[in-house]
Amino acid sequence: MTTLKFEKRLTTPTYVKWSVPVGSLMLALAAGGVLLIAVGVNPFTAYGAMIEGAYGGRTALTETLVRATPLILTGLSVALAFRMLFWNIGAEGQLVMGGVAASGVALFLPEAAPSIPQSPWVYLPLMGLAALLAGALWGLVPALLKSSLGVNEIITTLMFNYVAILFYQYLFTDPWKDPAGFGFPGSAEFGQFAWLPRFSGRLNFGILVGVGSAVFLWLVFSKSKWGYEIALIGENERAARYAGVSVFRNIVLVMVVSAGLAGLAGFAEVSGISHKLQQGLAVGNGFSGIIVAWLAKLRPLRVIWVAILLAGLFVGGDQIQITLGLPASISQVLQGAILLFVLGGDIFSRYRLRLIRGDGS
Amino acid sequence: MTDQLPVAVRMEGITKRFPGVLANEDVDLEVRTGEIHALLGENGAGKSTLMSVLCGLYRQDEGAISLLSNGGLRRVDIGSPRHAIELGIGMVHQHFKLVRTQTVAENMIIGMDGVPFRLDMSQVAADIRELGERYDMLVDPTAAIWQLSVGEQQRVEILKVLYRGANTLILDEPTAVLTPQESGQLGSALRAMVAEGKAIVFISHKLDEVISFADRVTVLRQGRNVATLDVGSTNKHELARLMVGRELATGVPKGDRELDQPVLVVDGLEALGDRGLPALRGVDLTAMRGEVVGIAGVAGNGQQELAEAITGLRRITAGKVTVRGVDCTGKTPRQMIEAGVCHVPGDRLGVGLAGNLPVADNLAMKTYRRRPLARGPFLDRKKMGSQAKRMIDEFGVLTPGPATPARNLSGGNQQKAILAREISAGRDFESGAVLVAAYPTRGLDVGAIEAVRARIVAERDRGTAVVLISEDLDELMMLSDRIAVLHGGQVMGVVEPASTTIEEIGLLMAGERRS
Repeated sequence: MTTLKFEKRLTTPTYVKWSVPVGSLMLALAAGGVLLIAVGVNPFTAYGAMIEGAYGGRTALTETLVRATPLILTGLSVALAFRMLFWNIGAEGQLVMGGVAASGVALFLPEAAPSIPQSPWVYLPLMGLAALLAGALWGLVPALLKSSLGVNEIITTLMFNYVAILFYQYLFTDPWKDPAGFGFPGSAEFGQFAWLPRFSGRLNFGILVGVGSAVFLWLVFSKSKWGYEIALIGENERAARYAGVSVFRNIVLVMVVSAGLAGLAGFAEVSGISHKLQQGLAVGNGFSGIIVAWLAKLRPLRVIWVAILLAGLFVGGDQIQITLGLPASISQVLQGAILLFVLGGDIFSRYRLRLIRGDGS
Repeated sequence: MTDQLPVAVRMEGITKRFPGVLANEDVDLEVRTGEIHALLGENGAGKSTLMSVLCGLYRQDEGAISLLSNGGLRRVDIGSPRHAIELGIGMVHQHFKLVRTQTVAENMIIGMDGVPFRLDMSQVAADIRELGERYDMLVDPTAAIWQLSVGEQQRVEILKVLYRGANTLILDEPTAVLTPQESGQLGSALRAMVAEGKAIVFISHKLDEVISFADRVTVLRQGRNVATLDVGSTNKHELARLMVGRELATGVPKGDRELDQPVLVVDGLEALGDRGLPALRGVDLTAMRGEVVGIAGVAGNGQQELAEAITGLRRITAGKVTVRGVDCTGKTPRQMIEAGVCHVPGDRLGVGLAGNLPVADNLAMKTYRRRPLARGPFLDRKKMGSQAKRMIDEFGVLTPGPATPARNLSGGNQQKAILAREISAGRDFESGAVLVAAYPTRGLDVGAIEAVRARIVAERDRGTAVVLISEDLDELMMLSDRIAVLHGGQVMGVVEPASTTIEEIGLLMAGERRS
C-alpha cells in the first residue's frame, strides 16, 4: 500500500521558492487553456493577447501601472494590519472614505475658504491629508471596539465597507451631484489645481505615493522600534504585554495607519484618474489588496511587484474581452484560476508531499 | 515481576534524522502491558522524538514498530496521529493541545470520528465523570479550559486519551507542571490504569519520580538507548550517571550577606484571578537587597497572580507595591521594567518568548527601547545582533545563532535566554534590582537546572532581591534565605530554611497558619 503524506518543511530550499509559484502559474494557465479550448479560442492566442494587453507597449504598460496604484496602497494597508494579526478587511470602505474626503476638499474648500491659494502645491497635500484622516477615522472605530471591548474586527471592518460604499453612492447621486451634469450621477469635475500631475497616459503621481508608502512601511518593519513591537504583538501578544508593549495603543496606531494608507488609495483614484466623485471608486481594490498582501507575504517592497503583476492580470483580462471578443466572465474565470493556483500552490513551499511505500502489513 | 507480562509495544532499531541532527539512533524499546515504563534522559536526548514516532507525528527513517494485537505482536506502519489513536496509542504532550475557549467535554470530542450529527453533550459529560471517578481524576466537564489550572488541564488531556480508547498511554513529562501532591495523585491514577492492563510510557528527567512511579526504565543519552533496567534493581546514582554520563554536583554555595535594605515591599496586596475571584487576599512580603525569598505553595494558591501583580501585568485591587522606596502600585508593565523589576515568567513559550522570532529579537525585549539599541524611533538591528551574541556567550545559551527562532531552542536554552535577558536588564540598577522568577527550573534537565540555580544565586550575591516561586521544595530550601508559604492567596507564614523542615512547610501549604 502506498500512501501520500504532507510533511512540514523545516526549511524552504531556494529552488522551491521559485519553482512553486512558476509551476502554479503553469498549471493555472493549463487549466484556463482547457476552458478557452472549450469556448473555441486558441489558448496561446488568448494568453498572448493578455500579455500584449498588459505589458506590450507604452499605453498598455501605463494602464497596468494605473491599475496597480490603488492595489499597492491597499496591499500595504492590509499587510500592516495583518502583521499584527489584526484582520482588517475594510480597506475597500477606507479607500472609499478617503476618496470622499479628498473630493470634498476639492469640491467645496475653494468656495468655503477662497483665501487658500488654488494651487496644486496647496490642494494636493490637503486632499491627501483629508483622505488619510478619513480612512484612518473609518479604521479607528473598529480598532477601538476591538481594543476596548474585544469586538471581532473581521465583522466590523467588513460591515463598515458597506456603510462607506452606500454613503459614497448617496453623495454622488444626490447632494454632491453636479447640477450641470445632465442628470448623470457624479459630482462636478475638480478644478485643475486638484489633479495629480500625469506622466504619460493616465499614469500619475499616485504611483509615487504608493511606492513612497511602501518604502515607509519597509523602514517601519525593518528599522524601527514600532515595527519590532508590531512583530512582537503579531507573534505573541502575551509576550508583548510582558515586554511592556501597550497592545491597546498599538492596535489603534496600526489601524489608523493601515486605514490611512487605504484612504490614500482613494485620494489617488479621484485626484489622479476620475477628477470627480463618481461610480467606479468601489471596484474591489480593497479586497484585491488582501490578495496582494498575502502573495507578497506581507512584505512592503514585494507588495509593489505583486500589485503590478496582479494589475497586469486585470488589464490583460480586460484586453482580451476587446481584442478577442470574449465575454467578461471568461476573463474573470482566467483571473480567478491564476490566483487560486498561485495562492493554493503556496502550501507546497511550506509542506512537501512524501510518497510512503508501506510493506503491506 | 513484569517479565511475564505480554509485550504491548516493541520498537526496534528506530533511527530518526532531522537536518543536521541525529535525534534517534538505533533505539530499541519494549513496553509491556500492565507496566509503567519510564523513558529517562536529558533534554535533547531524543525521548520526545522517539515517542513522536510512536504516536504517528514523525515517521522513523529506519526501524520497525510492532504492537500487541489479538494475543500476538504485529508489525504496524503508523501513518498519522489519528492512525495511532485507532491502534490504541495516545499521547499527552507537555504543551497541552486543548482549545482554551471550549469546554472540557467539547475538547474530548474535537476531531473524533463517529461523533453523531446531533450531539448529546450530556452523554459525553457523563462519560467523562465516570472516567474521572474510575481513576480519581475529577474535572468539571462543563468548565471551559481557560478556567482550569494547569494540573486540571493535564487531567483533561489524559482523560481525552482514555476516552478515545487508548490502551498505551504516552505521557511527556507529566509532572513538570504539577505540585508534589498532584504528582502523587497522578501516580495513583496511573497505577489504577496499569492494573487494568494498560501500558504507560512516562517521559521524565526527574530521577525521584522515575524511582517512585515506574516499574522499568529505559535511559536515553544523545539519541541512543543506554540501558533498560528494572527500577527495583537500580538507584538514583546509577540512573543519574547513565543519563548525564558523569557525576553531578549537588547544592549551590551561597555567599554571606547583610539584610538591611528592603528593595521590594508588598503590603496588603489584593488582586483577582482569571476567573474574577479573589486570588490574592492581603499578601505582605519583603525582599531585601541580596536576598532570595522563596514562595512555596500548592499550584493555584496565588503564586502566578503574585508574580503578575508585582510586575504590573495584573491589576492590583488593593494594597501597595513599593520598589526601593518608590510607590509602584498600579504601574504598567513598562513602568515596572523601568523601575528595575525583572521577571522570569512561569510560562516560557506562552509569555516569556515569542517563539517564531529570532533569538536576538527575544533577547532585546527589555532593552529595545533604550540606547544603544534604539535611536529615536529607529532600532539598530546590528547592535541588537551584537547584544545577542554577548548574552549568548556569557550565559552559555546553546543556539545555532542569534537568527534562529527561539522556538527551536531546547527548553533549557530557552530558559537560559530568558534569564540572560532579565538579568542583563537588572544590571543597570546599581541599588538593587528585583528578579521575580516563577518556576525557573520547571521542565529542565539536570544540567540546565544546575546552571539556572547558580545564576539565581549569583544574582542574589550581586545584590538583587530575588522572589523565587517554585513547586520544588528541595529547590526552595537550597536557594532561599527565607520562604513565604502561600495558601488561598495569603501568606501562611515565613520560615527560614535553616530552622524549618519540609513537614512544617507542608503544613503551611495545607493552610495551617503559623502562630
